[in-house]
Amino acid sequence: MSVTHTPETPEPGTPAATLDTTAIAATDSDLIGSGQEGGIVDQARAYLSRLRGGEMGALPAIAGFIVLVVLFSFLSPFFFTERNFANLLTQAASLVMLGMALTFVILLGEIDLSAGVTAGVTMAVFVVLSDPGGAHLNWIIAFLIALASGLAIGTFIGFFRSRIGIPSFVVTLGLFLGLQGAQLIIIGPGGLYRIQEPAVLAIQNNNMPVWMGWVMLLIILAISFATSMVDRTRRTRAGVPNRTIALMWVRLGVIAVLGAVVIFALSQNRGTAFLAVTGVPIVVPITLVILWIGTFVLDRTKYGRWLYAIGGNEEAARRAGIKVIGIRWIAFVVCSGLAVISGLFAASQVGSVDAAFGRNDVLNGVAAAVVGGVSLFGGRGRLMHAAVGALVISVITNGLGLLNLPSGVNLLVTGGVLILAASVDALSRVRGTKAVEHPTGPFNVFAIVGFVLSFVTAIGGIVLGAIAVFQIREHGGRGRGLAIWAVAIGIIELLIALVIAVTAVLRAQG
Amino acid sequence: MAESSELRPLIELVDVKKGFGPVSVLKGVALKAYPGKVTALVGDNGAGKSTLIKGLAGVQPYDEGQIIFDGEPVTLHTPRDASALGIEVVYQDLALADNLDIVQNMFLGREETELLTFDEGRMEREASETLRSLSVRTVKSVRQKVSSLSGGQRQTVAIARSVLKKARLVILDEPTAALGVAQTEQVLNLVRRLAEQGVAVIIISHNLADVFEVADYISVLYLGQMVAEVETAKTTRDDVVGYITGAKTQARGAAA
Repeated sequence: MSVTHTPETPEPGTPAATLDTTAIAATDSDLIGSGQEGGIVDQARAYLSRLRGGEMGALPAIAGFIVLVVLFSFLSPFFFTERNFANLLTQAASLVMLGMALTFVILLGEIDLSAGVTAGVTMAVFVVLSDPGGAHLNWIIAFLIALASGLAIGTFIGFFRSRIGIPSFVVTLGLFLGLQGAQLIIIGPGGLYRIQEPAVLAIQNNNMPVWMGWVMLLIILAISFATSMVDRTRRTRAGVPNRTIALMWVRLGVIAVLGAVVIFALSQNRGTAFLAVTGVPIVVPITLVILWIGTFVLDRTKYGRWLYAIGGNEEAARRAGIKVIGIRWIAFVVCSGLAVISGLFAASQVGSVDAAFGRNDVLNGVAAAVVGGVSLFGGRGRLMHAAVGALVISVITNGLGLLNLPSGVNLLVTGGVLILAASVDALSRVRGTKAVEHPTGPFNVFAIVGFVLSFVTAIGGIVLGAIAVFQIREHGGRGRGLAIWAVAIGIIELLIALVIAVTAVLRAQG
Repeated sequence: MAESSELRPLIELVDVKKGFGPVSVLKGVALKAYPGKVTALVGDNGAGKSTLIKGLAGVQPYDEGQIIFDGEPVTLHTPRDASALGIEVVYQDLALADNLDIVQNMFLGREETELLTFDEGRMEREASETLRSLSVRTVKSVRQKVSSLSGGQRQTVAIARSVLKKARLVILDEPTAALGVAQTEQVLNLVRRLAEQGVAVIIISHNLADVFEVADYISVLYLGQMVAEVETAKTTRDDVVGYITGAKTQARGAAA
């Protein structure tokens, strides 16, 4: 289509009374906005309005992560140390991978309850094949066989879901039970295999040299820069506006600073004076590479776009000529494949595989995805969200572990966080489907006072915020968002106070 | 396209039949649609409108009968056959994915790629130009999520989607069924502009006011038979109601 772009147009609404689209475009050439125009301020404003429209993404999870880190840093002197930071990353790695695996099927509105036992049974295959006392295969061959069995499990699920039409919940529940049996048979009752292959143990327990950490950061920055530039070049070539380039520099700057802080912290000696431990754990770059590939596929290729489309409206995808069955099938295979890698991480972390290995992990994986902002209703969420959600859950486990609380508390808190996250998901979904209304009228006074007060006293924020919400519902007016924030901040403060109080009481007793 | 009385139909159905087991739904139907013209397909519930449309879309092929497209006999066995000819259907329940934006929806299933990755700039430009060519002014940004659009805007996107790849025949299934007055007006204007671009439009509607406002020709289905094919200018609403309810029939020669 050869269309000349002239900035000044006579009248955008001129009826197009000819057959030739080129002629129409010439009389009416300015494009419809794309939300990419304007400077940083406009972009920030557009971002805020998207937030208000319910597209919060990983923001609540990131906020939760920061709150938890601050909280635990106050509660435990061990929490905010380089050693614990490295521990946190390695503890989280397996869950991050499992959360990413499940994201592929959750985006379709499906579920894979067998992802955890898939990791378990394939690692059972792996240890039996690679154990020096057993088959003693080369560990790479053993892992490839384990991976292949994982992919076979995914194919099996995909077949029963897509071809036979059984809900994925039921198919994978069946596998959840059946594969536990298979695992028990492979390992033998009461059996336990120690991981003896140094290369596998190294994934979680060894670190890269310090300089490689910095090289890794440079590579991340280079790739991020390159993809941005490719996007910009294509947009420029098509004659559509680009986001202001300042935004790209800001993004790269944020990655550089955050990455530098992390790598610097991991470059400090976190061992002893005699046995220095420094560097980024090997599991980190492996995870980042898989995260990058997965995100690339989901964001930039047809497969990813069609996955989202099916998750959003399966019928629309079908009518658009998308082969729904195949896309869904592949998603289950990818999920199982990544679950195997998550199992490898866990095996490397724990150092052994027994008959119950991986059994309790799947719900944490689902929780990670949902806490991070992946919608269980399908169609919304990114791999990054699952990774952030996994970090949140790992921080809870890690932090509460350091506080020597009974392990039941850990489960209670994780459950509470999950329900909170699912509520955010459901509510933002409701908001997102409504066209954004712009309330008019005076600002509600209680909302403003309540919001300010919420930072000082929790009860004040909750009470005034609630009053404001009811007033606005009855009489209209602006400030509903502020009022809700006042209530939310108040409740979070109360919860934090509760945790501190419980900790103090338990400490006093113990 | 010059206005002439000897306009050749873009698509012509001749003696089309379709049955489901013992029930015969289409009993030898003829239909014509002309480029640059809006043909309304009306009829009561169960008259066979949906079955007729599904055959044109290639979703549910006819059992018997001839389909002549642009003067050539063609077969429509799959949706792919239909879209290869430039036949696009805009369904009543708007086949759009809420979680995707306007551009993504318009290009769904036929994304522009380069080296296996999306050429977002090109897709955005084409989407924008298509909407502009239809004089769409109610959409602020083509990167809006469809979930944030009103019913009329969604209908607009669905229609624009069909135009995007130079459709030659667009079939609209009850495009105004769920819309308010102002939005109905918008969509009807859009239908007119679609025809003005030379596209043959078939519109299914229950609303005779809409039909008389937008259509050049009216075809009435009654119990699986085409009972009337009339020019809108040469008929009245009472006549059309008569055809729909079966109280009135046109001369046999014109129908069969």
